Formats: sequence, structure tokens, C-alpha cells
Amino acid sequence: MAEFEPRIVMFCCNWCSYAGADLAGVGRLQYPTNTRVIRVMCSSRIQPTFILQALKDGADGVLVTGCHIGDCHYIDGNVHTEERMENVVDAMKHLGLEGRVHLEWVSASEGPKFRDTVTEFVEQIKALGPSPLRAE
Amino acid sequence: MAELVGAVAVAGGGIAGIQSALDLADSGLKVYLIESTPSIGGVMAQLDKTFPTLDCSMCTLSPKLAEASRHPNIELLTYSEIKEISGTAGNFEVTVTRKATFVDPDKCTACELCLAKCPSKVLDEYNAGMSKRKAIYLPFPQAVPRVMTIDAEHCLYLTKGKCGNCKKVCENDAIDYEMKDRDEAINVGSVILSTGFTPFDPTELEQYHYEHPDVVTSLEFERLLSSSGPYVGHVKMANGETPKKIAWLQCIGSRNPEIGRPNCSAVCCMYATKEAMVAMEHDSELETTIFNIDVRAFGKGFEQFYQRAKNEKGTRFIRSRPSGVDIDPVTNQLSLRYEVEGSTETACEEFDMVVLSIGLTPSESSKKLAEIAGVSMDEYGNIATTIDAPMTTSVPGIFACGTIAAPKDIPDTVADASGAASKAHSILASERGTLVTERTYPPEKDVTEEEPRIGVVVCDCGINIASVVDVPAVVEYVNTLPHVVHAYEQTYACSTDSLDHIKDVIKEHNLNRVVVASCTPRTHEPLFQDTCRDAGLNPYLFELANIREHCSWVHQQEPDRATEKAKDIIRMSVARVALLDPLYTQKLDFNHGGLVIGGGVAGMTAALDIAEKGFTTHLIEREPELGGLLGTFTRLQDGRTTSEILDPMIAAVKSNPNLSVYTGTTLDEVEGAMGRFKGKLSDGTEIEFGSAIIATGANEFEPEGYFGYGSDNVITQSALEVKLDEGTVDATNVVMIQCAGGRNDERPYCSRVCCTTAMKNAIRLKEEDPERNIYVLYRDIRTYGVWEELYTRARELGVLFMRYTEDDEPVVADGTVTITDKLLNDTKFEIATDLVVLSAPLVAPDGVEDTAMLFKVPVDSNRFFLEAHIKLRPVDFATDGVFLAGCSQAPKLVDESISQASAAASRACSILAKEQLETSGVISVVDEDVCIGCGRCIEVCPYGAPELKEVEVVTEEITYITRKSEIDPAICKGCGSCAAECPTGAITSRHFTTKQISAVIDAFAFADGSIEEVA
Repeated sequence: MAEFEPRIVMFCCNWCSYAGADLAGVGRLQYPTNTRVIRVMCSSRIQPTFILQALKDGADGVLVTGCHIGDCHYIDGNVHTEERMENVVDAMKHLGLEGRVHLEWVSASEGPKFRDTVTEFVEQIKALGPSPLRAE
Repeated sequence: MAELVGAVAVAGGGIAGIQSALDLADSGLKVYLIESTPSIGGVMAQLDKTFPTLDCSMCTLSPKLAEASRHPNIELLTYSEIKEISGTAGNFEVTVTRKATFVDPDKCTACELCLAKCPSKVLDEYNAGMSKRKAIYLPFPQAVPRVMTIDAEHCLYLTKGKCGNCKKVCENDAIDYEMKDRDEAINVGSVILSTGFTPFDPTELEQYHYEHPDVVTSLEFERLLSSSGPYVGHVKMANGETPKKIAWLQCIGSRNPEIGRPNCSAVCCMYATKEAMVAMEHDSELETTIFNIDVRAFGKGFEQFYQRAKNEKGTRFIRSRPSGVDIDPVTNQLSLRYEVEGSTETACEEFDMVVLSIGLTPSESSKKLAEIAGVSMDEYGNIATTIDAPMTTSVPGIFACGTIAAPKDIPDTVADASGAASKAHSILASERGTLVTERTYPPEKDVTEEEPRIGVVVCDCGINIASVVDVPAVVEYVNTLPHVVHAYEQTYACSTDSLDHIKDVIKEHNLNRVVVASCTPRTHEPLFQDTCRDAGLNPYLFELANIREHCSWVHQQEPDRATEKAKDIIRMSVARVALLDPLYTQKLDFNHGGLVIGGGVAGMTAALDIAEKGFTTHLIEREPELGGLLGTFTRLQDGRTTSEILDPMIAAVKSNPNLSVYTGTTLDEVEGAMGRFKGKLSDGTEIEFGSAIIATGANEFEPEGYFGYGSDNVITQSALEVKLDEGTVDATNVVMIQCAGGRNDERPYCSRVCCTTAMKNAIRLKEEDPERNIYVLYRDIRTYGVWEELYTRARELGVLFMRYTEDDEPVVADGTVTITDKLLNDTKFEIATDLVVLSAPLVAPDGVEDTAMLFKVPVDSNRFFLEAHIKLRPVDFATDGVFLAGCSQAPKLVDESISQASAAASRACSILAKEQLETSGVISVVDEDVCIGCGRCIEVCPYGAPELKEVEVVTEEITYITRKSEIDPAICKGCGSCAAECPTGAITSRHFTTKQISAVIDAFAFADGSIEEVA
């Protein structure tokens, strides 16, 4: 049987983490093919229901990324992201989906960090196996 | 007089030139931004992080690069130099030499095919020579403009007639070996010189052994730290190992009269501290040591940053200047010998790496440019300016900003740059809008009632995408997706002929939505949006699917999976574009008047700068007289009396017909937002204005409880200045005590100006009576930048300096001061004195909180106003239309206050100069019927855009008053945080609506392409 290949939804903010992904590309930094990026202007746009929907739709994991605290293009939008994601990550524990949602800050100059973040999260989800919500 | 020309030439495309260009272009003047290298960005593009917040430098800079490249009023002349300037203020002819790039910028798509084939390797300037680039190159990944340049000196074809590879592989025929340098004449009304500095070359100081591979300059170290640097952010020694101990040597090429560089470079102490902190973040085991003469942590937040490095991060600051770097002849090990402060001993310590904190020196090209422009330079090669006109050169109509005039950090440079823009704008105010071109588009097609008809272009990007992703297979798949009418492959979607083809396809297939699957929207979205507009489509009905940076480039070894991923990415984009709505900006009339609070030197400068541009301006001062803090001092550092600059300024303010002055008056009420503020003054006057500048200044602290203040012979520096003016200083032994009430727990910041003020007054005391004994008791002497010359002069005159520490302060008794001198092995001295002068810090005045409340702007923990971004927005508040200047932001010298004040005026006028205010299309809106008035949107909005308003709800049964949120479209920036927070879904974040994002998530899930109708 082929190795389990997770399907992961990744949210990136326009100003930092999406730019970090671009820089990883420019630097030809290789990482696994499992993520699909959804771009938003600010990570604070990501409402918890998007994450629930992605999981319900069969995503094995959801990776949320934004600017480092203090670097937010919208002053402190990411502070709200942090609060919301803490709650979501906590809720996942109670829903048997622990470890499937992760928040990471990636700046526009952190191509290598973008690669590492994706690589590590893919490994983490591979270790967890397919999401129990995934319809097979 | 020659006819005025509404255009400005800005020489130098670093952060200074970019800021000047943006301000002027926003104000309706045409700008030629001239840069000698192939890309704008300057030195800031090479920095890793910026002090004191450790923000990523490129993150804050790159949006400005993009803005400058896209601005319709800015013409970028890169790889170009000014050859000649003739004419007079208001009408100059500037001859610009456009150096041959050998690449046609209209044809090059920066696909990088040529890079792989170019055999010539050259040291990469961007990485400070620590890596290699090709002879054909893009200077750095975020370079603007994004076109290749051939370095003629290293190109094999151009030097030897061999190779020609780039021309062979270029599929767009962009290479032109026959290209020649050519001169271009431009007609402008003003010229701004902002060509910056050159980092000092330490080779001439042989004792530091820069030739050793582990002795690096601070700029090289910056690249080592950068994740886009030669070792992707891992600091390595020449042998490939990670260093365990790194030393920084300060003042390399600064404060060194022997090599003709006596002045301080103003930035090195802080960048060294930053580099040490960042290096420790990379490697927590790392030991960092900074060898310094004084730690010059004088700017806003710097002292706290220095204390954090020292006390929390464990960076050692050793007050000693090693005379050189020692190298073990056998092991090649680096070591430093230094004097141990407070003892007569010498220590020797080994280090793995030594960083030379090199100073900022005037560049040869800046000197040449100054000669071409005919402007005066000072003895050090800086462009000469004065304290009261810090951006004005000796030639009318030619201005200078940034480090070309003196070493300074990024925020001071940015303020200077906006300030210079203000000066140029003032002389050309009548010509606003005369040379700018508005693009015209065909009438827009109404698509609201139509079913989506989507066209998809899948780009090969030469082989960048096509060598990994199976593009024909992707096209075949995309053609099966719902609503897709026509999908096709294109070699380069962004080439001019391809863009024309897209327009044809839109018409031929009657498309109402377009997806281009190619590269990143961050660089290419505006280009394709423009193409859509040219074909009569609303630009928001377009989506870029990034299958290059996010797919082919990062999955080069997995072509099958990359192809599957590309299909997914495009499917998600198609699902999104199907639901996108056309968006429109709104144009609003507004009030074009300015308001300035504070009648000191900053407030008056700001008010005059606005009024000079033809806008009505209100200047409010709560004291009965204008003059502010400067009025309490008597002399400037250059020896002139303060009244020499204040009197003409006050006269100008009082006589300007556009200016209304309200002294003895306060602003008590403010309502509204940018473009439509309404205010009420304490005398009952009601005023209206579009933009406001806060310049409420600072006061000299009354140092009650410090060093015997209050006794007859203990006074402050300002009191001393008054006595000096009266000729009533009756003292032969004078002791000055620095940091009297500053840099302590109550006021942890450095007040920046006191060391320079003390030097100025020590010199005056000595010049008045050379027999006097003057002692300056200090912790660090922070006469930064050019004011180091006052420190040098004071020492030459025989002023004595003794160093104390915070935990062992001098004691003032009747007629004596006792100090333990750290410079002389902790020797205790008792100095007989008849006058003690305390250098007390500047503090924020009463009432700043009230002003802050009026405009809903923040103050920091030291009660100074807090700007929007400490580096790149030094005079902006996060609140649109409100700006700050002078000591209200932090203590600063007069020239710095004036530069900031002009900067704030420039920023305000870039708004006031518009005919109408244009709101963004990507904003949030509230559905009043769904809103429950909970106010959570207000809590999360960083800008104060939503407001709860009382509305009357009329139903059949009942009429009642309730609260509903309303978002001001002029304030909203479209981050979407409110939409995520809204518990009822009443808020729509346009272009990123819940429906649109949900559709993308669903499209992610349905990998077989069987997208169900979401709408």
C-alpha cells in the first residue's frame, strides 16, 4: 500500500507568510507537495469555522501562518489570530483531532522557515495518520 | 522667471529616495527616481533585521518597492546616473545617462533561463561579496524592476566576443548586445539628492586584519544572519563551523581623527547590539561581546534595547577600544587585547569571529553628484545644510536628505526624505497635477447578471513551470472544470504579446472572469488586473494561481505530484474567481485644511510647510506665546542665538495669509476622521480640517531630588544658557552632571540631546573664561553623528571628563562634588565647585493623554506619542490623516525636529493635495439587518473603522432605537479581522468573503473535480 499522503490546507497572510512561501520558491527550497495555500490579506481574517470546514471536508491538517507578532501589516491583527487559534487548537484536543491544527509565524524573509514549517507539519500529520473525519 | 515644472528628479533609490518619490507622487507631482544600480532598495534591502524592534527589514521595505514601481506618477530610471544639471529652481534640465543593461526591459520576464546558462561567475554585491552571482543577474529576489541586467565588465560575449548563451536561450529575444549607454534629458522643477553613503572599507586599517576570513564587516555579518544570505541564516566561520564567541569592534572608520574621520556614524552601536541579539536568537549558546568607547543608545527605544541586550540576553559590553586584532601565526586563532576598565590591567581573549562595526562614509558617487549639482559640501564630504534648514542645500531648488548630509538611522532618513519632498512640493505647489498621466480604460462591462464564464491561462514560464508540471495535462483538466469556457497554455503569460492575447480571448469568448496560473500575485497581479481592465472587465474579477513559487520551484523532483498540486491550485482559484464580485472605489469630497497642535519649532515649521502649499492651516498653542521649548534655550550648537531662527519663523507664521494662529488656546473636542475632522477650541471657535499634526513638544525635567537641585548653585542646562546670555555666570569651577533624572527606573530612556547641549555649554563657558575649570560627569557621552566635533572641541579646550555609573552616582554637597571616576581606576575625587549644572532629560508635557484621546492615537510608556512604525513610518500614526513631529515623538535636536515637522507636513499634504479621497474596494461592510450591535468588531479593529450608531428600527408592531455597527469606508484597510470576529456573520470582508473562502476550501476537498454548486 502506498504511503499515506496527507492533504493539508494552509492559510497564509498576504504580507509575511505568503511572501515567505514565495521566497522559498525563489530559493528553490524543496518541501513536500501536501499543502494547498489559501491566501488572505491578514491572518486575522481566518475565522475558526474555516478550519472546521476544512477538516470536515477531509483535510488531514490545517496550518495557519501569519506575520510575527509586531510585524503585522495591520498593526496587531495577528494578536487576534493568536487568541483565536489558541482556542481552536485547544478545542481540537477535546474533539480527538489533537495536533491537526497548528499556528506558526513566518516572515517575508524566512524562506527556509517556511520550508521547515511545512515539512515538519507534514511529518506530524503523517505520524497521526488520516483524519478520522476523512470520508473514505 | 522660468516656467515652473511640476516634476522632481530624485537621485538615489534607497529608502530615502523611495520615500521622497512616494510623497511627491502622491501629492500629484511627476517623479523621476534615478538609481545607479539595477534595482531600487539601497542598503536597507541588505539588512536582516532592524533595531530596536528586530523587525524583518525586507518585510517592511518590499511593499514600498512595489508601491514605487507601480505608482503612475513615478518613472523609475534604474541603472542610470545624473550627468549634468542646468537651470534654476523651478525649472532644471537634468541629463541622465541610462547605462546599457543589454536586456530589453519590455521583453524580459525575469524567467531566469539565462541565469542557468551564463558561465561567468561574479562576486555578489547583494551578499557583500560572500557568494557568487552570474554576469547576467537580478540583484536580489525582490528586486524592482524585475528585469535582468548584464554586467558588461564580466560578460564573456561583451568582453571577448564568446558565449552568447543568454541570447540563445532567451525565448523572448530580450537580449541586445548592441545596446549602448544613452543620455536622456528630463525637465524638472526641483532635484532631491539622496544617494546615501558607502560603508567604510576597513582594509586600510591593517591592524584589524580584515583579510582574515573570520574578520568580517558588520554588513557582511548582516548577510550572514539573513535567511536569504549566503548560508541561509546560519552564521559560519571559514572552516564551516559555527562560532561560539563573536566580538564586535565599534568605531571602525568612525571617531578616528587619524584617518580624517573624526565623527560618529550614529548607527553602529545599535546595529552591533541588534546583530548580537539576533545571532543569539539563532544560537542560544553563542557568547557575544561588544567593545565600545561609549554605547550610543540615544534614539527612541534604544536605551531599553541596550539594557535588554546587556541584562537579559547577556551580551558583554566592554568599554575599551582594542588597538587591533591579533592572529596566532600557527593556529590562525583570533584574539583581542584590551584595557580592563577601572584597572591598569590588560586582558587578552580569544574569539572565533570578529565583526568590524564599520562606519558610514560619504560615497564617491555622492561627492561627484554634489559637484554636478554645484552644492556645497562640508569638510568631511557631507552635503552642507544648516540646523534651521536641514534639507536645504546651497543651491535653491536642490534639496538633500538621508545619509548624504550626515550619518543617520533609517527613521531619521525617512523623516528627512519626506521633509525634502515637502520642500520640493512647496516650490512647485502651483504645478500639482500638471504632468501626471491618468490611465484611461474602456467602459466596464456589467457582469452581475451573468453566469460565470471563466478563462484560464496556464503559463509555462519558459521551463520554470513546464519542466516540472505537465502543463498540457493541466490545461486538459482545467477545461473540464465548471464554468471554464476556455483554458490554454502560454509560454510567458506576462509578455506584452501574451497580454494582448488575453484581451482578445476575453472578447472572443465573452469571458467575465479570468484566472492566470503562473507566478506570485505579489508581483504580477496588478499587471494582469490592468489587462482585464483594458478588456472592459472589473479588475477584481481576476485571480492568480501561483503554480511557480508554490509548486514547480519547490517540487522539482516530484513532477507527478507537482502536476496534481497545480491542478488543485487552479481548481481552487477557479472556484474562487467564480464567486468574485466586481468592486469599486468610492470618491469622497473632503476638507483640504490642516491643523497643527503646538507652536514650538516643530509645530511652526509644519504649519508653514502646509500653508506654503496653499492649504488653510490652523496652528494652536496653549501658551500665550509661540516658541516652545527652544524659546527657553539661548544658543544653537552652531553658535547662533535661538532667536535668530525663532524670530523670523514666528514672523512668517503670523504673516502667512493661509495660517490662523490661536495662542493661549487649546483644542478641546474632535470628531470625525481623515478628510472631515471637526474641532472645538477653548475659546469656542469651531474649526474643520482634513488632516492633523501633533507637535506638542517636551519640557526640560525639573530634577527635584537629584544632585542637590534646588540649592542656589545647582541649576539646569536651560537656566545656565539664560545666565550665559545675561553674562551672569559667576563661577570658576563648574561641574556638569549628565543623566540627572534620566536613564533610571522612572525615566528609562536616553534623552538624546543632553550630551550635545552640555558640550555646547561647556565650550561657551570655556570660551567666555578660559581659566574656568569645567568637569563633565557622565555615564556615556552620546554626541552622535556630526556633534562628535563638539565633544572633540570641548576636550581640546581642556574640559575634563569623568565617568560614573548608575549604582555609584556623584554626591553633591555644599561647595563640593564627590565622584568615583571609572576612567581612573575607581579613584575618588572631591571637586570644589561653585556651580553645578544638571543635564536633565526632556519629558512629555502635561496633557499628552488628552490630545491622544482626542485623536484616538497611542502614547508609549514614557508618555511620548507612538508612531505607526518605528522605522518606516516615523511621522505617521496608524490612524489615517493624523501625524506627529518633534519632541512629542521623543527628545530630539532642533534640526531633527524641523526635518520631522516638514516630513509630517509632506505626509499631510499628500492627502490634502488630492481632489477627492478614494476608498479601497477591498474593505468590510456591515449588513445592518443582521448586526446585533455587540461591538466585537470595534474591539478587534486596529484602526477604529467600525462605530456603533443608534438607528431607529421600524417594524409593523414596534418602533425602537438600537445600536448597529457601521464601518467607515475611508478608514477600513480590509484586513478582515472584524468579519472573523462577528458572531452573526453580519460583516462581509469584500474580496475575501466567507462564501468565497468556503468555496475554495470545498474545491480543495473535491479532488476529482466534481465541484458541487456552492453558490
